[in-house]
Amino acid sequence: MLRQAKNGKLMIEILPDKCDFCGCCVGVCPEDAIELKEAEIFIIDKSCTNCCKCVWSCPIEVIRFNRNGVTSN
Amino acid sequence: MKNEYDVIVVGAGPAGSMAARFAAEQEVSVLMLEKDRDVGYPVRCGEAVSKKGLEEFISPDEKWIAAKISKFSFTAPDKTEVIIEFGEAGYVLERRIFDYALARTASDAGAEILTRAYVNGLLIENDSVCGVKYEYRGEQKEIKSKIVIAADGVESRIGRWAGLETFVDFRDMESAVQITAANINVDQQTLYFYFGKDVAPHGYFWIFPKGNNTANIGLGVSGIVGKKKSALSYLNDFMETHYPGAPVLTSIAGGVPCCPTLNKISAPGIMLVGDAARQVNPLSGGGISSGMIGGSIAGKIAGEAIKQKQLELVLTYDKAWHNRQGYKHEIYNRIKNGIYNFSDEKLNNIALTFSGVSLNKRTLGRLFRIALLNQPSLLIDVAKVFI
Ligand SMILES: Cc1cc2nc3c(=O)[nH]c(=O)nc-3n(C[C@H](O)[C@H](O)[C@H](O)COP(=O)(O)OP(=O)(O)OC[C@H]3O[C@@H](n4cnc5c(N)ncnc54)[C@H](O)[C@@H]3O)c2cc1C
Ligand code: SF4
Ligand code: SF4
Repeated sequence: MLRQAKNGKLMIEILPDKCDFCGCCVGVCPEDAIELKEAEIFIIDKSCTNCCKCVWSCPIEVIRFNRNGVTSN
Repeated sequence: MKNEYDVIVVGAGPAGSMAARFAAEQEVSVLMLEKDRDVGYPVRCGEAVSKKGLEEFISPDEKWIAAKISKFSFTAPDKTEVIIEFGEAGYVLERRIFDYALARTASDAGAEILTRAYVNGLLIENDSVCGVKYEYRGEQKEIKSKIVIAADGVESRIGRWAGLETFVDFRDMESAVQITAANINVDQQTLYFYFGKDVAPHGYFWIFPKGNNTANIGLGVSGIVGKKKSALSYLNDFMETHYPGAPVLTSIAGGVPCCPTLNKISAPGIMLVGDAARQVNPLSGGGISSGMIGGSIAGKIAGEAIKQKQLELVLTYDKAWHNRQGYKHEIYNRIKNGIYNFSDEKLNNIALTFSGVSLNKRTLGRLFRIALLNQPSLLIDVAKVFI
């Protein structure tokens, strides 16, 4: 199922297996749309606006912009 | 554990531990909550700190000092190296142990500490923060307090829940990666900095020695750069060129908010400290000592506010921080914006000019003065902080 962002479909995808849980993306997200625990991370779908700031800021390239939309597993 | 505390501190980094300690020293009840299993781990830090910044809060202990620093080395894009000698300038820490020691100063003062406690909401009554919601070992809980101090690092969200605007412009966030590697033959008393568009555009690359030929090697680049090339790929390029095959002991990612402090760092019932308040020195990216300063000021104010039963004292924190440190960060930020936009050619020229200054006349202030000769307005700023 496609996940919904604030403005339509969610196109931001975090690869949790590769994430270092460093919080850089959380610090730049203008919408408070990322939840980060000790070793768990996910996007709060209804808050995200697909602005991509987290994608540009992730130091190790584990957030992607996926134009086809992100589906839940 | 009690049902209610005078002060709850969220996050057990240097800023949180100092806030907890300075509040607890005034005999008010303090609880510090940390989401991770261990205080001090993982270490997302180059671990360099100035002697002065450290010793205001704790006396140096061999247990957590990895190297003693007396020199800075700056390498320009054309490989011109300039060295500044300082005498005893600072340390590279073993933060895993250091953060633990700082937290112990808080517990010695009477603060309670709970790890694996992830704060995920605030309790708010009559527009004033009065406690936190948290998840502890899979269970959702709540605990009340008179004051909450948010020391939750670069990933801070707590301030936002209290209505403060805390996110960092992605251009000011330095995306960073770092490894601790072995077999790195560098002088063990020197901090090395590298500049230029090939190594770390809009930021810098560092090698900080950690004793026994191990070193922290890393870099930070602005989010503008990250759009095209990530910090990780800059690091991989550097290591392939300079230290191919070096054994890597740890590797981490991180974010360094290189901007002036937030406009507002307090609201009724809450204060923000350390990275959460964006109290990092925006020029150097150093946040250990400024975080401890922020934490200590907030802790002191919290203790007083409770003892005097005047919770509105919390709102005096913004000014207290600004007068002690915040105003300097505004100046550092202007210098940073000047320097980070320099072309490689300009950086080379600065290094060349500085090489002509005799060793005993080399100071950081003089280096920045040379760097900013073409931007006279910034020279006044440099004069204000270095002279
Ligand atoms: C790669 C890198 C290199 C650096 N190098 C240096 C350097 O050489 N020198 C220097 O001075 N500074 C350096 N810094 C900056 C420095 O690491 C930080 O400024 C400093 O750690 C900030 O301290 P703090 O206490 O504010 O936050 P932190 O040390 O980040 O502590 C915040 C704590 O809060 C916890 N937390 C977060 N959210 C929650 C929650 N919801 N609930 C409970 N707990 C939570 C976190 O787990 C963490 O333990 C570097 C930073 C990076 C990323
Ligand atoms: S795309 Fe923008 S709004 Fe969505 S999570 Fe990333 S930074 Fe936040
Ligand atoms: S910035 Fe990247 S590595 Fe860091 S927490 Fe976000 S997704 Fe994970």
